[in-house]
Amino acid sequence: MKDVKVNKGGLNSEIQSRIGHQLRAMYDDVVRQGVPDRFAELIKKLDSAETPHAAASDAEGRD
Amino acid sequence: MPLTDSLRDDILASVPSLRAFAISLSGNGDRADDLVQETLLRALANIDSFQPGSNLPAWLFTILRNLFRSDYRKRRREVEDADGSYSKTLKTQPAQNAHLEFEEFRAALEKLPQDQREALILVGASGFSYEDAAAICGCAVGTIKSRVNRARSKLSALLYVDGAEDFGPDDTVRAVIGGSGG
Repeated sequence: MKDVKVNKGGLNSEIQSRIGHQLRAMYDDVVRQGVPDRFAELIKKLDSAETPHAAASDAEGRD
Repeated sequence: MPLTDSLRDDILASVPSLRAFAISLSGNGDRADDLVQETLLRALANIDSFQPGSNLPAWLFTILRNLFRSDYRKRRREVEDADGSYSKTLKTQPAQNAHLEFEEFRAALEKLPQDQREALILVGASGFSYEDAAAICGCAVGTIKSRVNRARSKLSALLYVDGAEDFGPDDTVRAVIGGSGG
């Protein structure tokens, strides 16, 4: 059984590029917001919390 | 590998695209940020299992995707119970035109089966190769390709049922064409 028949020609590829465009617009809109403070702080906090632990297992001995 | 400064910076640099992926998957900003947070916690807790030199974004996206999937299975039951409260969060504000088109697109994206949606986003928006997307989703490259294709044709059917030519004129078209007929 066949799906909806779609024109092989211009219409279809035009629609496909519109979909691609909208998909990227939606996505890039979020990407452009950058890194919210919440995450920068989270990583900073975890990083400093983790250092002694890592140093213990890894003998990396930072500070 | 241990968490070096540069690895930490690279993880942080992946946050914007992780958020975009999470929002595209879940359609909900708050939930998406929780997913990203959980992803970062998992990644840092398992940083030893990251292979130096391998694809860090792909590794992080894999973690996020798996979290979303297990979370989704749990939530689907809750959503079914919660008569419509989920759909209410989806249409937050009534919109201007550009925003409306955006919302329509997002709503159409939500209607895709999850497999197809994630494949389309990974390849069409995140810019991963078919091979990377297949690794992230744990399936064959051919599977990803066919999911992307099906996602595209389903979206075009949902958004642009310009298939008018295929289905025959709809009422509006008929009214215009046969306007004089009465």
